[in-house]
Amino acid sequence: MTPASAIATRTVVCAYDDLTPDLGVAALVGGVQVALFRLDDGSVRAVQNLDPFSDAHVMSRGITGSRGDVPTIASPIYKQVFSLITGECLVTMDKQPRAGHAADLAVYPVTVDNGQVIIDLVSAA
Amino acid sequence: MTDTQKIVVVGGGMVAHRFTEAMRARDTDGRYSVTVLAEEPRAPYDRVALTSYFTGKDPEDLALGDPALWEDGLVTLRRDAKAVAIDRDAREVTDAHGVVHPYDHLIMATGSYAWSPPVKGADLPGVFVYRTIDDVAALRIYVERRRKELGRSVRGAVIGGGLLGLEAAGALQELGATSTVIQFSDRLMNLQVDEGGGQALSRLIENLGVKVRCNTATEAIRPDKHGHVGSLKFADKGEQLVDVVVFATGVRPRDELGRDAGLTIGKRGGIVVDDTCLTEDPAVSAIGEVACIQGACIGLIAPGNTMAEIAVDRLLGGEATFPGADTAAKLKLLGVDVASFGDAFATTPGALELTYADPVAGVYKKLVVTDDARTLLGGILVGDASAYASLRPLVGSALGGDPAAWLLPEGSIERPNVELPDEAGVCSCNNVSAGAIRHAVTEQGCHELGEVKACTKAGTSCGSCLPLVKKIVGSELEKSGIELSNALCEHFDMSRAQLFNAIQVSELQTFSEIIERFGTGRGCDICKPTVGSILASIYNQHVLAADRAALQDTNDRVMANMQKDGTYSVVPRVPGGEILPEHLILIGQIAQDYGLYTKITGGQRIDMFGARLEQLPQIWQRLVDAGMESGHAYGKSLRTVKSCVGSDWCRYGVQDSVGMAIALELRYRGLRSPHKLKLGVSGCARECAEARGKDVGVIATDHGWNVYVGGNGGFTPRHAQLLVEDVDDETVFKVIDRYLMYYIRTADRLQRTAPWQEDHEGGLEAIKAVIMDDSLGICDDLDAHMARHIDSYEDEWKAVLNDPERLRQFTSFVNAPDDPDPSLAYVEQRGQRRPATESERRDTAVLIAPTRLEVRS
Repeated sequence: MTPASAIATRTVVCAYDDLTPDLGVAALVGGVQVALFRLDDGSVRAVQNLDPFSDAHVMSRGITGSRGDVPTIASPIYKQVFSLITGECLVTMDKQPRAGHAADLAVYPVTVDNGQVIIDLVSAA
Repeated sequence: MTDTQKIVVVGGGMVAHRFTEAMRARDTDGRYSVTVLAEEPRAPYDRVALTSYFTGKDPEDLALGDPALWEDGLVTLRRDAKAVAIDRDAREVTDAHGVVHPYDHLIMATGSYAWSPPVKGADLPGVFVYRTIDDVAALRIYVERRRKELGRSVRGAVIGGGLLGLEAAGALQELGATSTVIQFSDRLMNLQVDEGGGQALSRLIENLGVKVRCNTATEAIRPDKHGHVGSLKFADKGEQLVDVVVFATGVRPRDELGRDAGLTIGKRGGIVVDDTCLTEDPAVSAIGEVACIQGACIGLIAPGNTMAEIAVDRLLGGEATFPGADTAAKLKLLGVDVASFGDAFATTPGALELTYADPVAGVYKKLVVTDDARTLLGGILVGDASAYASLRPLVGSALGGDPAAWLLPEGSIERPNVELPDEAGVCSCNNVSAGAIRHAVTEQGCHELGEVKACTKAGTSCGSCLPLVKKIVGSELEKSGIELSNALCEHFDMSRAQLFNAIQVSELQTFSEIIERFGTGRGCDICKPTVGSILASIYNQHVLAADRAALQDTNDRVMANMQKDGTYSVVPRVPGGEILPEHLILIGQIAQDYGLYTKITGGQRIDMFGARLEQLPQIWQRLVDAGMESGHAYGKSLRTVKSCVGSDWCRYGVQDSVGMAIALELRYRGLRSPHKLKLGVSGCARECAEARGKDVGVIATDHGWNVYVGGNGGFTPRHAQLLVEDVDDETVFKVIDRYLMYYIRTADRLQRTAPWQEDHEGGLEAIKAVIMDDSLGICDDLDAHMARHIDSYEDEWKAVLNDPERLRQFTSFVNAPDDPDPSLAYVEQRGQRRPATESERRDTAVLIAPTRLEVRS
């Protein structure tokens, strides 16, 4: 059995097969909005769905891509580009994030277990 | 403020503009304020381009430079304020309204007036000169009126066969009048071309339907029985029937103010100045056509601009002096190239003349070289002036290789690649040397033609030097190892047009295949939507088809326009702006049911804002059920075809603009393009649909339609330019089919039609040749491509509603598909809702929660 404290933070959000390569989806995990991406190489990445530059929860609807070797996601609103590995904002488009937000995205660990996609919120905090 | 010196410029022409522009650009400390007293009721305009007023341009298209110049705090432009007196002792100028303008320094820039010889009858109605917008407008009104009164085409005559005379003859032709050029000398343009050139020119111009009558002196203009101009009587007793006469017999300096103020006047008129443009009064300069410099007044813009720059330089403590006038000229008169430069008449002792004449092709070329045939002294080019841009700057330097290479038709012998010396002038209008252009590239970081133009002003007036400027920029970049990059992004080393071609030829249909073959990496938010758009343009398949959805830009991805809070707006198509009452009611009903904010768009339709991702399919189901379809307001594609009321209802409409607009909108709906496309159709010349602000504007005439292309609103507004005149419906469709398809294939990413047209090699004329004369042999292909598009159109939204797989993309959360985004918050304003601001979000009392109301089934 897994310890109770850990169970509370691990959330099954969907089946792996529900994810389409390069098309993000949003998930609601304990009141927090998360953007999930299944990449070309089969891996799944999760970042905050909140776009720090527009204050809208839209990152799941951005365009995936790469800068060099780094897989990226571009905000659909003002087109800032973020690393899907570290969440780092790689292209700010000469804009500042909205007050109270960091420019980089929070990244959440994702595991695929038995065909299920699981997000661990606490260990990311 | 007491430190600011007052400059008054008398005159509001092109040179006054150049003086003011240069002063504001260079006087960074604000030492001088400039007041310009213009006689005409408008800001300075491009007098050289006056004839273009007849080819669809508006007076405002002739505006010079950035209009913001006249808003500058240190610049005052007084229109309609002719100066009437100068008091040099008190240093004051009085204008026609009696307003007194004190000055510290006075600039005389009164220019010239059109001079007409004292011929009997020169005061009859129907006699014009050709100098100002008002002259040209009056001529146009008169010709149009007489055509109606006479019920036949108007017979025109131009007295004077110089540059201006040929311009005026062209203008008369544009107005639908016949024209005869009456020339006193033995040949046309006797100041610029020699006998051989004059003959070639006469032949070319007569081929265009303009009659030429040389060696003819006009004795009198005689009235018809109603007192209008009726005929011309010549000194050789000949006569000719005419309805309108334009004098183009030269200009004279307007030096009367200077004369009255006691300034020295030259023998043949003009205010005498030294090489620094200063008169004998150290507080008065004269520039442009009114200045008698080095013994003569010069009626060309390039030396006038040079004088303006010198006057500015001197006022700011510089040392500039007048280098002598470059009287080189290249013109396109009635479509005929004429150029003359340097010592065109071989007056240099020992000069040799090399000529080439092809009377069949109507080409005459002459180079004047030194006695050793090595150094270029000047030349004349008639019928084919393609070598002008390269040759003119070479005057005074070695030709390099066989001079004949420059005379024979382009391509027959390879022309030597001569490196221009740094001091060679490239742009004579703005006095820009080859060195200055190189400097802009190497030292000022300009890597594109547009940047070099902005930085040096080269090619910004007449534009004839642009091919050369482009060449210099290209070779300079090559030398410094900078390649002119067309790369779309880090993943594709090609421009959009190249990629379009590659995809079309390779017939690849998926992004992964395309990036594997032509690119690197995984793509990005630049290249993915570009490829998505190209695939949609070529194959017209659904934007959300397999492998395509992930390519689409924000809005195409869900076929709605994302707003600032992440919700969407919904716009059903309203073709031509014509809408059924039941559709209006349905839109209102949907907006009420979902709490959407409604607004009328600029494209004559209705936008509903605030729909959530998961609500889009429900909303569209209701619209599609009622027979409405996607308006593609989200796409880089055809948006709307705006129309006026047209002949069905309007008292003035001459054609059915609504019917035409609907036909066009249905024809091009769903057409994916490099940027959004907007069309407009007006039912008469009043142009209520503002069609000339659109990418394609169709305007009704008594005989059919005129089609205009390349208009834009937006950031850089442009008026569309005339493509074809008085054509029938079928031709309207055909030329627009080809224009749009050619644009879609060759434009850059996010390049709208106006800049595409401008950057296209050869401009609109070349585009016209492609789509009207099939100069590239691609018209069949363009037609077939458009036919394929029209045949394969389907409503994107209807297709999605029938496809459960694609509908899955319209959920808010993968683990809570119907939960609304909890962060959305609205406040009420003027009876509707709008997204709450940051501070309103903190004050939860004002918020409206996102509506949970859902489907009425």
